[in-house]
Amino acid sequence: MKRRHLLATAALGLGLAFGGAAAAQDKTKACFVYVGPIGDLGWSYQHHQGLLAVQEAYGDKVETAYQESVPEGADAERVLTQMALSGCDIIFTTSFGYMDATNAVAKKFPNVKFEHATGFKREAPNVSIYNARFYEGRAIQGHIAGKMTKTNKIGYIGSFPIPEVIMGINAYYLHAKKVNPAVELTVVWAMTWFDPAKEADAAKAMIEQGVDVIASHTDSTAPLAEAAKTGGKVIGFGQASDMAEYKPSPRVTSIIDNWAPYYVKRVGQVMDGTWESIDSWEGIASGEVELGEITDAVPADVKAEAEAMRDAIAAGTYHPFTGPINKQDGSVWLAEGATAPDGDLLGMGFYVEGITGDIPK
Amino acid sequence: MFGGIDPGLLIASLMVASVPILFAAVGELVVEKAGVLNLGVEGMMIMGAVTGFITAVQTGSPALGFAGGALGGAVLSLLFAVLTQVMQANQVASGLALTLFGLGLSSLLGQGFVGIKPPLTPDVPFGPLADIPFIGTVLFSHDPLVYLSVLAVAGVWAVLSFTRAGLVLRAVGESHDAAHALGYKVRRIRVLAILFGGAMAGLGGAYVSLVRVPQWTDGITAGAGWIALAIVVFASWKPWRALLGAWLFGGITVLQLNLQAAGSRIPVEYLSMSPYLITILVLVIMSSGRGRAALSAPASLGQNFHAAR
Repeated sequence: MKRRHLLATAALGLGLAFGGAAAAQDKTKACFVYVGPIGDLGWSYQHHQGLLAVQEAYGDKVETAYQESVPEGADAERVLTQMALSGCDIIFTTSFGYMDATNAVAKKFPNVKFEHATGFKREAPNVSIYNARFYEGRAIQGHIAGKMTKTNKIGYIGSFPIPEVIMGINAYYLHAKKVNPAVELTVVWAMTWFDPAKEADAAKAMIEQGVDVIASHTDSTAPLAEAAKTGGKVIGFGQASDMAEYKPSPRVTSIIDNWAPYYVKRVGQVMDGTWESIDSWEGIASGEVELGEITDAVPADVKAEAEAMRDAIAAGTYHPFTGPINKQDGSVWLAEGATAPDGDLLGMGFYVEGITGDIPK
Repeated sequence: MFGGIDPGLLIASLMVASVPILFAAVGELVVEKAGVLNLGVEGMMIMGAVTGFITAVQTGSPALGFAGGALGGAVLSLLFAVLTQVMQANQVASGLALTLFGLGLSSLLGQGFVGIKPPLTPDVPFGPLADIPFIGTVLFSHDPLVYLSVLAVAGVWAVLSFTRAGLVLRAVGESHDAAHALGYKVRRIRVLAILFGGAMAGLGGAYVSLVRVPQWTDGITAGAGWIALAIVVFASWKPWRALLGAWLFGGITVLQLNLQAAGSRIPVEYLSMSPYLITILVLVIMSSGRGRAALSAPASLGQNFHAAR
């Protein structure tokens, strides 16, 4: 205990020293921690595009560093500490599972700014959280899924049972159900963010059960590769990144996470000293969530409806969670015409009415 | 509970799901039988995955792709052989380093190949046999590598049990000093075993990138090599048990996903850990029955040999 304390103090001292040195050099160092490899063509790839945008925007004035495939848990804390010690001025931790590690390390390095993606804890004044309203894109995918399914079975590959994923499942199901009351949703939890073979197996298990539209919340293109083997019978969506190599089918559209504007803005704020701890949650309206091109595999009328929904969401005239919506147990969540408050969404731990199965604890 | 799951399809997919770990496990089993502990399986697998993928894409032939995968794994294992057999480096450290090196090198080699689709590996044409209900699905609807993986197990078992070469290999693994005294080239035999293990791991890796998930992505093997290593130990270095272990692990992984897709009421937490739990449990129970002899590792496992000692 004593030694750990000593180490923490030493780390703090070093961090201050390095932080000071970096400031003296007038070069801001932005660091990124990724949960998968940057070559995953999905989640981590998009965050890395954000890093490249930061480098591009500030050129010589900024120095960037990143570490990929960092496990969520104790390792993350070690990596973050190392980054803080190495003179990073701002550290972006880009996965939900880094939440506690980010807050713990932030307390030890008050002069370093921390930005945690998709979490909900801000325990130190130097921690910000940011997220994107992926559920807006999921709603549009659900609409397409409901219209396109021939077996009336649609699927969703979940990663971990966290609010962000549950939100996606609910939005997807609600909008499929709205246009196709007979639709049934199958959820498979892969319990991993990145394991191509397992993601493919999950997709395969669904296809064997007759599912013909698959949305995935894991990071690789493996579910699309599996869907491609069926020769057009099964469609899916690009997740986090465009995944354009599976166009025009099975990938009929995609949710693209565009982190670049946020990263560029926040690093800029560190440079001019205006950085503040915030809770940012942008969506389609600001361009942080983009809808990838809807291919010709989707009928023209469905495509038009999907684009209309996208525009309505962007204009703020439509909220994907608009009542009446009941919870899975039948109790009322949103009354007629009410829209979901952000707090409810960020802590979402329930399925909406009609989805079968339980959420793992 | 099993409502809606077609057992034929399930068995067929578990065989496919197990192929990568089975190849890697059988290869590592031979390496360890020769007294060498190579912890670099994951690194060799992913090297095989990337070199196999590149070969298949460049030549347009899946068969050449698998050959390229085996070659890539073997070339990487040669590095391990040089380190441990020539330079007498520590095997555990060299093996771990091999994994890290393989992961990094594969990522570098694969940079230009992200997002490309490889040529499809066709199933073996069994004609009307494949149409037999159940049996056709289970036995006659696979690609050649599935059959090759079972043949590899049978081959390794036969060679280790019944041939002179197998006996020599085991002698080297049990007591390298005695084998050396009898005039066997301990290091040469071990290098050959390491190369074989590398080729098999590479083949398993190529199967991941060419068949299981037909694409290249960084870190595509996602830990399969470590599972293969564990299976060798829990199978107490017996080829058929390694097959059982691989099929159990692959099978329960597929089964639990199918159970979820079929809407089973079993909590997902238990389903997710079941592959690890059940595989270890079954193999441990099997080896505990016949006393300690059944558990015994090759006596010289992990020890370096130098003739001057």
